[in-house]
Amino acid sequence: MVGRGLLTFKTLPSISATGVTAGPLEKKSSFKDKFDKVYDDERCGLETNEHAHAKMMEDACMIALSKIDSLPSDADYLLIGDLVNQMTPSNFCATTMGIPYIGLFSACATSVSSLILAALLTEVGMSEIAIAGAASQHNAIERQFRYPVEYGSQKPATAQWTVTAAGVAAITPHKKGFPSIECATIGCVTDLGMTDPFNMGAAMAPAAADTLTRHLSGHGTSVNDYDVIMTGDLGKTGFELYKKLVANKGIDDTKNFRDAGAEFYGKDPSFLAGASGAGCSAAIYFSEIFEKMKIGKYKRVLLIATGALLSPMSFQQEDTIPCIAHAIELTMK
Amino acid sequence: MSSIYITAFIVGGLICVIGQLLFDVAKLTPAHTLCLLVVAGSILDGLGLYEPLIDFAGAGATIPITSFGNSLTHGALAEAEKHGLIGVLTGMFEVTSSGISSAILFGFIAAIIFKPKGNV
Repeated sequence: MVGRGLLTFKTLPSISATGVTAGPLEKKSSFKDKFDKVYDDERCGLETNEHAHAKMMEDACMIALSKIDSLPSDADYLLIGDLVNQMTPSNFCATTMGIPYIGLFSACATSVSSLILAALLTEVGMSEIAIAGAASQHNAIERQFRYPVEYGSQKPATAQWTVTAAGVAAITPHKKGFPSIECATIGCVTDLGMTDPFNMGAAMAPAAADTLTRHLSGHGTSVNDYDVIMTGDLGKTGFELYKKLVANKGIDDTKNFRDAGAEFYGKDPSFLAGASGAGCSAAIYFSEIFEKMKIGKYKRVLLIATGALLSPMSFQQEDTIPCIAHAIELTMK
Repeated sequence: MSSIYITAFIVGGLICVIGQLLFDVAKLTPAHTLCLLVVAGSILDGLGLYEPLIDFAGAGATIPITSFGNSLTHGALAEAEKHGLIGVLTGMFEVTSSGISSAILFGFIAAIIFKPKGNV
């Protein structure tokens, strides 16, 4: 054991394939060309937003599996999650896939928490193919956590835009030429008393800073050891706060810091402080980061996905927003 | 004559500024902001202040939601004079019924013709 919440993977499980699907508005994303499939209809031609949500996840799983010439019946585990109550989109996706399934809720940090569990199952030799990932669908999530999109409620500039996207990765035992999972840090919940669901970035920034410093000190690395350190969905507001918090902890060199939420929609101001949602970090990690590692542009990457662990009920009762960040380190050897 | 346009614009605009401040500074939800403005209009009419505002600013005072609160009190007071206490209950919707009915009717028509959509 390395330390509390610190994991190392001696067998170096690999991310052998990924699948990323996205909604029509995500054609405005800076990364649109890297997504495997972009739908023309936000409901994917289905009756409800939630059905579309599940369909995006199914398609992402099928795309990832097809890249390693596998069928759902070849996969050992399905470890996915989303933000809808009781995670019904994930549950419906698992029904269609027929893969042994555990639904995971770490809010928008599920992209990394699922990767960590998939890597663990692979590390102990219990899994040949484990599918990990997360997704979100704008209309379904906005309705649940804020207001129905059709209601047309105003949002402040600190608010973030829930992405419509699903990102999954197929984790296998070590495979040469693919990014391998070296180590990870499981986050502690951080709650500094934020209550505003329109400023999630600020709520999540302390959790990201905490997990980053725990990962660096726990695994004996420094920020310069990485080609990129990418947080999940702090957004433009949260990312700036995070860099300040990190500077207070003595880390001034933030040139290799990136944030998936801040970059997702580029500079377009109509998306306010940037992207969020469980599909945000999953879509970027499993497209942009995965591809750049595969071609050798990035050799060592630290992914820190952040999640706001609130429920619609908890914020209506004016509770604070507990936040979490999980980190995973990928290397290309 | 044209000065009524300017006063309507300024007064109506100021009421909206109050709403926006309740929203942005006081961090009220849209529903809370709406209710507060209705209640404010109702109280102002009870104090006899909303009618002079309408005389001064016209549509600048009748279009914002505060006018709905004004109409509620107005109807209640008018009917109370005629029918006593029971008039307070019957009077509230006397003046506002046209607004409520048209909201239901036009909402219904719009729902039949259009399919709700998101941002795409």
